[in-house]
Amino acid sequence: MFHKKSRAAAMAALAVSVALIATGCAAGDSGSGGGEGGDSGNLAITFLPKNLGNPYFDTSSSGAKEAIEEFDGTFAEVGPAEATPDAQVSYINTLTQQGVGAIAVSANDPEAICDALNEARDAGVKVVTFDSDTNPDCRDLFINQADAEGIAKVQVDLIAEQIGGAGEIAILSASANATNQNAWIEMMEEYLASDYPDITLVETVYGDDDDQTSFDKTAALLQTHPDLKGIISPTTVGIAAAARYLSTSDYKGKVALTGLGTPNQMREYVEDETVTAFALWNPADLGYLAAFASKALIEGDITGEEGDSFDAGKLGEYEVGADGVVLLGDPFVFDAENIGDFVF
Amino acid sequence: MTTATATAPVRTYRDYDRPLWQRLLLTREMAIIALLVIVAIVATATVRGFGQPITFTYLILDVTPILLIALPMTLIMITGEIDLSVASIVGLSSVLTGVLTQAGVPFEAAIVVALVAGAIAGAVNGFLVTVVGLPSLAVTIGTLALYRGLAVGLLGTTAVTDFPDFWTDLAKMKLGGSNVPAVLLLFLALLVVFVVLLHFTPFGRGIYAIGLSKSAAHFSGVHVERTKFLLFVMSGTIAALAGIYYTLRFGSARGDNATGLELQVIAAVVLGGVSVFGGRGAIHGVIAGVLLIGILASALRLANVTSDVINIITGVLLVASVVSNSFLAWLRTRRRAPGGTARARASAAG
Repeated sequence: MFHKKSRAAAMAALAVSVALIATGCAAGDSGSGGGEGGDSGNLAITFLPKNLGNPYFDTSSSGAKEAIEEFDGTFAEVGPAEATPDAQVSYINTLTQQGVGAIAVSANDPEAICDALNEARDAGVKVVTFDSDTNPDCRDLFINQADAEGIAKVQVDLIAEQIGGAGEIAILSASANATNQNAWIEMMEEYLASDYPDITLVETVYGDDDDQTSFDKTAALLQTHPDLKGIISPTTVGIAAAARYLSTSDYKGKVALTGLGTPNQMREYVEDETVTAFALWNPADLGYLAAFASKALIEGDITGEEGDSFDAGKLGEYEVGADGVVLLGDPFVFDAENIGDFVF
Repeated sequence: MTTATATAPVRTYRDYDRPLWQRLLLTREMAIIALLVIVAIVATATVRGFGQPITFTYLILDVTPILLIALPMTLIMITGEIDLSVASIVGLSSVLTGVLTQAGVPFEAAIVVALVAGAIAGAVNGFLVTVVGLPSLAVTIGTLALYRGLAVGLLGTTAVTDFPDFWTDLAKMKLGGSNVPAVLLLFLALLVVFVVLLHFTPFGRGIYAIGLSKSAAHFSGVHVERTKFLLFVMSGTIAALAGIYYTLRFGSARGDNATGLELQVIAAVVLGGVSVFGGRGAIHGVIAGVLLIGILASALRLANVTSDVINIITGVLLVASVVSNSFLAWLRTRRRAPGGTARARASAAG
């Protein structure tokens, strides 16, 4: 008898403590979220990156925050720990319930989050995709960091220059389903075939945008292909992991590495000469532009039609292209000369 | 698992010396249900936006795959076994549905193939566990990797997104203008089947008997191996069904669909009062466990709590629930130690 009561009492105590945790957290944050959706004065803009704890998205969010503070909106960032589309759907649903003014999202799948985004739009929430797009009919605008052709071209040109225009190369990509990377790889293959016939792409491996997996895949690549002369890694996580492997191995200086990386992650490998040059856009500018595009949509200045133009603070005036795409600009090449000028 | 079952002390299924009302109300299952109600009330009162009917819709859509898979998982874990390959079977079924539809096979036929494939995947698990006699933990860790590998391998780097509108609409349909998703009916139908199977048939009694003592169950005429084999087949089939739902809800067949879902299912089943050593647990507790984790996550997201903190809270809740159980059992053994009856030792193991 008695022991059963004490069990019930302990469970009750557990219940109360969980409830307290829940209320404590809720009370602490109840101020944010903004008013109802569809209101042209509701400048609550929430950024939903592919996942949290990714330095690339930390940088884009810092740019977004700067922009939103400039026009006195409310900045928030939410996201899943793992980059999966189903987890993003839960967050989109939550933002719809909260009635934010706009969601700026980097999609983990072009189709899977579509219905959730359209439900949000039906509730009056503006939807801007940045970095990784959905199908054009599930968002108002896509902020494109650079066109796929430019990105593919700059990476192939860099590796060709570094290996002397001939030899075996490999690609270390993000996940096998990554929208961006797959489009770029396809264009790199075409560009290699047409402009660099002496370069052979021997293998494409996937590091899943995970540091350890990318590190291991680099090691495996170098063992499988002893004649490998260069690696292209069109993802910031991949290139940093590959550079870390190369810098401590015998392949340093013999196997070239380029791709898309951030200056902060790549600085030590450029300084120790593992990497000569790599490319990227400025993710902070990308977040900044996405924030101003969200503002223009919320305030009704633009609807996302081709030819619409809006003001993007320090970046100047931007025009909406076909399919509701806004292009940030050309990719930028970082090397030992200029890397010191960048702090993201 | 097998060795744990063999060396664990004798355990009781129910304390029949207590009055009926106590047996029904003072249980771990009721404690979880009470906790669920408290969390729901607190969230409605304090979290802005939680009280809307749409919260219920989203919650059901989110937890449906977990609810579905938790049904056979409960039965498997009561026998003292485990199936870690379920999320990979979800992925495999999703990919098969996608690949076949893309190849021009009618969607209805693709669903049947995916369900049969799920049953076969479950049968492979069952065969290795019951006929070959390997521990289910090891077997299903292996098939977790194997089935996921097949799923990703089959579809490669692409995702299939073109499915008949009728079916994708069905997966998200709400019942006649209400906020109740129609998929809830599918779950309720299966729930009835599994409740009857576990709690009201000799087959179900056999499941508990296996979990309490495999040898005793065998000598009482329970077909131990056949029961386990059938449970793994059920688990594979239901996981495949969840995979079809997953594909339709997100309109996207991908090799990495539902990665990690097995841990969410097992966490909810354990939270719902099923003993990992087998022999204990009930379906209503498991349903409450799934909903509790779902509601907590939903409320905390609405309160702008970050995903890592949500994971920490869910983890603490799970550990606390397991620890509270063991601690109380230990306390009971100590209190009864002088007169050391078999029953006191017995309940300690539960």
